[in-house]
Amino acid sequence: MNGTAVHDAESAAGKGRRYRLDRPELLAPAGNLEKLKFAVHYGADAVYIGGQSYGLRSNADNFSFEEMREGVEFAARYGAKVFVATNIYAHQEDLPGIAEYLKQLEAAGIAAIITADPAIVETAMAHAPGLEVHLSTQQSTMNWQAVQFWKEVGLPRVVLARETSMEEIREIKSHVDLELEVFIHGAMCSSVSGRCVLSNHFTDRDSNRGGCCQSCRWKYDLHQDHGPVGDPGDHMFTMGSKDLCMIRHIPDLIEAGVDSFKIEGRMKSIHYVASVVGAYRQAIDAYMADPAGYALRPEWEAEIGKAANRPLNTGFFYSTPGASEHIYEPEEKPAPYDFAAIVREYDPETGIAVVEQRSPFRPNTEVEFVGPGGRSFKQVAGPLADMDGTSVDVARHPLQLLRIRTSEPVAPLDMMRKKIGSV
Amino acid sequence: MTTELLISAGSLAQIKAYAEAGASAVLIGDARFGARLPGSIAAANLKEAVACAHALGIKAYISAGKLLRNHELTGLPDYLRAASEAGADGITFGDPAVWMAARDAAPGIALHWNVEMTGTNSAAAAFWAKRGVTRAVLARELNGEEIADFKRSGSIDVQVQVHGMTNIYHSQRNLLQSYMDYLGREASLVDLGPSEGRFLIEAERPDERLPVYEDADGTHVMSADDICLLEALPELLEAGIDSFYIEPLLKSEAYNIAALRSYRHVIDAWHRDPEGYEFDEEWLEPIRALQDPGRELSFGFLYKEQVY
Repeated sequence: MNGTAVHDAESAAGKGRRYRLDRPELLAPAGNLEKLKFAVHYGADAVYIGGQSYGLRSNADNFSFEEMREGVEFAARYGAKVFVATNIYAHQEDLPGIAEYLKQLEAAGIAAIITADPAIVETAMAHAPGLEVHLSTQQSTMNWQAVQFWKEVGLPRVVLARETSMEEIREIKSHVDLELEVFIHGAMCSSVSGRCVLSNHFTDRDSNRGGCCQSCRWKYDLHQDHGPVGDPGDHMFTMGSKDLCMIRHIPDLIEAGVDSFKIEGRMKSIHYVASVVGAYRQAIDAYMADPAGYALRPEWEAEIGKAANRPLNTGFFYSTPGASEHIYEPEEKPAPYDFAAIVREYDPETGIAVVEQRSPFRPNTEVEFVGPGGRSFKQVAGPLADMDGTSVDVARHPLQLLRIRTSEPVAPLDMMRKKIGSV
Repeated sequence: MTTELLISAGSLAQIKAYAEAGASAVLIGDARFGARLPGSIAAANLKEAVACAHALGIKAYISAGKLLRNHELTGLPDYLRAASEAGADGITFGDPAVWMAARDAAPGIALHWNVEMTGTNSAAAAFWAKRGVTRAVLARELNGEEIADFKRSGSIDVQVQVHGMTNIYHSQRNLLQSYMDYLGREASLVDLGPSEGRFLIEAERPDERLPVYEDADGTHVMSADDICLLEALPELLEAGIDSFYIEPLLKSEAYNIAALRSYRHVIDAWHRDPEGYEFDEEWLEPIRALQDPGRELSFGFLYKEQVY
């Protein structure tokens, strides 16, 4: 953090460190080591991951300490950092191991933890001083005085509640000199974060320790005055929200003083993470390079659209969400594009790439290659051969390595995608 | 000292009725700052309300339990000052902004930490105890062992809800209004407020009715069952729990009075003779007689093991 914090005239005058970053951080989710590599390669300045304990995604294939070390090392090559979400609300039985766990994170080179429980905040400050403590959105911080409180506690960063509006973010930033992190993309709790125990009541699964079974997206009948409100055939009531997407509003976010732009989705695919990170990276870089000349480019939105599986909206940033921001009809559908392969090698002499299969394709499948920075082109896959040179009619084996001639240069970790359903 | 029996009250009449029925403390407040109150008592009337409680020999706490937005901070110091000047016995808060404001506007007043479903461990309570907070209100999703361990491990008063419904989901979205709009139905905030006749039924759980309502703070979904820990009270008394809370929301005054009388009876009987105490099933009858047959009386999470 000290490396990126701007030391302006105020801090030079001895008033202390300025917490506004010199350029906003793009913070991406990484559900496993491979996703971490893609997130960083496609432009994340930092990634957040889950460890084996104390995180809210108990079903994700979370990182071991060994994998964390490897992730930290990989990220460091790009100048990127790794944060760990320790965002549960602990129960009595969870308390004894916290200090030891946090020390291990510190030793693994983790830059920060994202945490909501004051028990974990205090333990980290006392036992793992090398870890920054970022206050999680699970604390639902929406006002400047609460941000001021956490600053006095000694935290360098607060992740604001997803209910905070753009205007409120501006006010908070004007009152308190502290790093603000804000969710800009992905799925949202429709409840105030942390203030939902539907899963506990329906299934005895503790939502605030990672057991959420997304009961808000289930179907309900709303009854009023002795009968259901909806007529037979009407879509039922749900609490499910559309997903957040702020790609059209990057200048607003930067000008409001948001320091870290956070993408949701530790459970999402490589394809999703790389596509979304790539799009926001380009938008942020374009604005920072020339704020006055900045214009939204349609290909950024298109790129996000290729990986999204829910309708999108702008959450609470500009107004309280209404009927059109919620999902009543079965709108959820698979993303229009599917991840077909990862480029592992490329030989510029021969124009031949080695790709690793992620879903089936054939020589006549139309594919699109995508790399960081918006580099992309389409081609028909063309003749396929395995590593022995044997011709292949269908790339049907997961992780199989195949040789393919590309019409333009590609690079390792470029993605090859295809329209959904095409083989 | 005997264990406190606390209930929320929304008017002077309720303060009187509940004190007579055995409450030893009431939680009151202005709906601008208090969360899910059974009625709003404006800041200007707090003095009278607190005096009324004190005259009846019971305590009065002021709720400032909401999560706040920037624009709500402006009136906060005046509200806390009014509570302090009214002689209130404490202020409940969830948002750290209230703790900040109380430092200046109501120094010295007792502060009770209530973050609803996220008040789950004694170390978090200790964080607040270090900052002068004197009471932790526990999440309703803790079991008996966790409650006892919480109390044993901390140096702070512990409040546990023993009766009534619990809030299980709070959104700042207007979910009922939105659904009405989606269906093309007319609705106003008045229509969507607390009502026994409005509830959600999840498609796979036809027997569970979840009360739901909307107010200026968004949408509140409540539990399908009512906690009733009357029979289990000795466990909590032995654990040294300091305050038992009865949630009066969406119940008739008669029901709440019956509940208070039953709990008062058990608390007093146990304190008189902990060793000789024996539960009499009859003590539940006044509650059962008024219980909505569509809502089960349950032990909540007291004997549950949750997974995650």
